Parts: sequence; C-alpha cells; structure tokens
Amino acid sequence: MFRPRIIPVLLLKGSGLVKTQQFRKSSYIGDPINSVRIFNDLEADELIFLDILAAKENRTISFDLVKQIGDEAFMPFAVGGGIRNLKDAAAMINAGAEKVVLNTIFIENTEVITEISKTFGNQSVVVSIDAKENLFGDYKIYIKDGLKKIALHPMIAAKKAEDFGAGEIFLNSITHDGMMQGYDLELIKQVSESVNIPVIACGGAGNLSHMKEAFKNGANALAAGSMFVYHGPRKAVLINYPEKKELISYFN
Amino acid sequence: MTFIKKLSKMGIVIVDYGMGNLRSVQKAFERIRIPAKISADANDILSAEKLILPGVGHFKMGIYNLASKGLIDPLNRAVLEKKIIILGICLGMQLMTEFSEEGNVKGLGWIKAQTKRFSFASNEFKVPHMGWDSLSIKNGDTLYKGINQEDLFYFVHSYFIICEDEKDILTETYYGQKFVSSFNKDNIYGFQFHPEKSHNVGLKLLKNFANFSI
Repeated sequence: MFRPRIIPVLLLKGSGLVKTQQFRKSSYIGDPINSVRIFNDLEADELIFLDILAAKENRTISFDLVKQIGDEAFMPFAVGGGIRNLKDAAAMINAGAEKVVLNTIFIENTEVITEISKTFGNQSVVVSIDAKENLFGDYKIYIKDGLKKIALHPMIAAKKAEDFGAGEIFLNSITHDGMMQGYDLELIKQVSESVNIPVIACGGAGNLSHMKEAFKNGANALAAGSMFVYHGPRKAVLINYPEKKELISYFN
Repeated sequence: MTFIKKLSKMGIVIVDYGMGNLRSVQKAFERIRIPAKISADANDILSAEKLILPGVGHFKMGIYNLASKGLIDPLNRAVLEKKIIILGICLGMQLMTEFSEEGNVKGLGWIKAQTKRFSFASNEFKVPHMGWDSLSIKNGDTLYKGINQEDLFYFVHSYFIICEDEKDILTETYYGQKFVSSFNKDNIYGFQFHPEKSHNVGLKLLKNFANFSI
C-alpha cells in the first residue's frame, strides 16, 4: 500500500531558519541543525531546505551548512537556493544532499536541468514552481523568491521541466504560503494532471486533512512549513511531525 | 593464525563506484553499531565479510563506472567464486541482473532477471515510484525476521526487475503492477527499496542482514 511522503520544508536566510507568509513577513524559527536532529527523532520522511535569499544575492545555499545537514540527517533531503549549474549541483550532492531544487535557473537556462539529470539521474532533480493566481483566476509562475513574474502557466512550466529531465515538481502556492488554511487544490490538480512525474504540493497545509485533500487531487507528496514548526493557535515555535500510525491510517 | 585471520577480515564493505550517496548507507550501519567501510579497493572487496553494492543513478553509467574503476573482475571473484554475501540496493540490485532497458546494456548477470521501465497508461501512478510502500513477503524468513507486512519502506525508482525464477523472489510490492522488491539467489541479495532511508524498520533489516549467515 503506497503512502505519500510527508515533507517538512525549512526555509533559510543564510544560516538561520525562518518561516514566511505569502513569501514575505519572515519570522525567525531557530537553528537548522538542531531542527534536523529533532526531525531525526520524529522520523520525518524527507526534508527540503531552501535558502530564500540565495538567488537574489547571487550565491548558493551555504555549502558548509549542507555538509553539516548531511552529517546529521538520517532521511533523504533536498537543497535549493541559487544553484545555477552542474558544478553547484555536484557540490551539494557530494556534500550529502539527495536532490537539488532548481527554480530561477530553470527559467534562465533550462538546459542545466538536463545536464544535472543526465549526470545524477532524474530522481535527484526537483524543479520548483512558485505559482500565483491573478484576479481573473489565471495562474502564472514566479522566480527569484516570488519577485519576478514569468508569462508561463504552471502546467506548461511543469511539462517543460519534465521534458528537460526533472524527476519531481515542487509546486508552491505563493498566496497559500504560511496561511495554514489548506492547499490550492485547483493548482495541484491542474499541474498533477499535466505531468507523469511526482508533484510535491506545498503552501497552505495546516493539518493532515489538508494533506489528504491534496493527495486526492493528485499530489504525490505533501510538503509544509508552518505545520511542522508551529504549535497551537498562538503559533509557538515547536518542531513537530505526525506519528507513523497516524499517517498510515490517514492515507490508507 | 586465527588472530591474523581475524585482522585480515574487513567486516562489511560498501563498494564505492561513484554512484549516489554511499555515506547514508554507512551512517545507517553506524547507528546500529556495525562498522562498515566505504572502499573501491579490490583487496578490501575480496576480504570483506559481506558486501554492499549501493547506488542511485543511470544503469549504463553504473556499469561504466564499475568497469572503469576495475571493479567488475574483483566483484565477480568475490561473489561468484568466494561466495561472499552481497546486498545490492536500488541501482546496485538492478546492476546484478542480465540486462536493463535503461541504456539497453548488459548487467553483471548474477541473477536470471531483467531490468525494465515502469510504463503506465494513465498518470495515476507517477514515475519515479517515490514514497513508502509495503512488502509482501514470499520467502526469506531469516532476513525478514521481525518485519511484517504493514511495515513501510522507502522507494525511489523508475525501473524494476523481473525474475525468471519465482523462487528467487523474496518480496513483491504493488505499484500500478506487481514487481520484485527484493530477491535472493545463493549468496546474492537485492533490495529495490532503501533500507538506509527507511528509519527503524530499515535499520532492523540491515541488522538482520549484518548478523545472519548462510
């Protein structure tokens, strides 16, 4: 019986963990290595680390930090932020990351996707698509941490990523990010139907029922930020993760 | 003499042929306090107590790397002549088959099996198969001791194997179709899933593998 992966997404600003709302208003959460240790104990399926400043600052996610994560993490993890070429990707994978997450470079130099995929296999290439719905209900994608709009529908972008060798789509809803009111199910449905590779849904999860809805709408894996770093209505910072038994009963 | 013999034994050797994250396999053994050495040295391979052939990536690249690092001959000697117990994980398992559709190349040919690509008419079943799945255990009571049909293991693969001989199949898994998720033929074992990424049940399985003898 297949159970989808439940993936905490940890955002970095340099060396500190933060959490955002709608890609803005970031609040400090804590130390990334400490959170990895807690997620080890909680037996998280997989982790995604994204340095949200890297692309804007023309650098990559810190190589030293990725190495430290690699030494600590017992689960597969993906890293993203400013990765621009095969050399950057190789450095991250050699430091212990299973996957690299590519966003800005997917638009600016799509061939890099193919190059990394051919070298490390498509299972190690995740293309991140940040999407936002406009007033007319039409979706467009964004790069550079949601700053730059691209005239491309997320369905077209996802198909293009698959054709160029991506093994997974990491689909973010900018409007749902940090709101904890549920995923953008329409977006998930449209994108999942347009590709044959797994789609990781992200943005809006507040509980496991939200995740189940996204799974039913075609997501192959469910990612969340706030849900795993906040606790209670006052949003106290507390790293948490559902129990295995709970997950199995939810997705059975 | 026995002392010297003991010293010369290598314990578990993880074969390094430049494919994928070997460190995660080594870390899993560290957690269960079983020393495992990562090596590309023929002497280490030939004196290993048990071998692990891990790997993630393209089949053709895997065979190419094994050949260019001069590892095919020592592996054949260790596995086919010295009968050292070996475990292939994911790509490492597929490399043990006779042929793969991934690159249309010959494999090591240690087991009568073929490696094929998942191909589904609908996109309900996404490829790669990435996630947690159960094992339906057919054989292998010793290896799967303490593991039951509800336990879930971590899978990441686009290709699967078909065994010619039913009795080589240890477990099967369903993902759009039935496929072999682990096999055993003499001293040769293969897991399609990643025990090193399957948390406690995975560690239990690796412990069973490290402790059992045939």
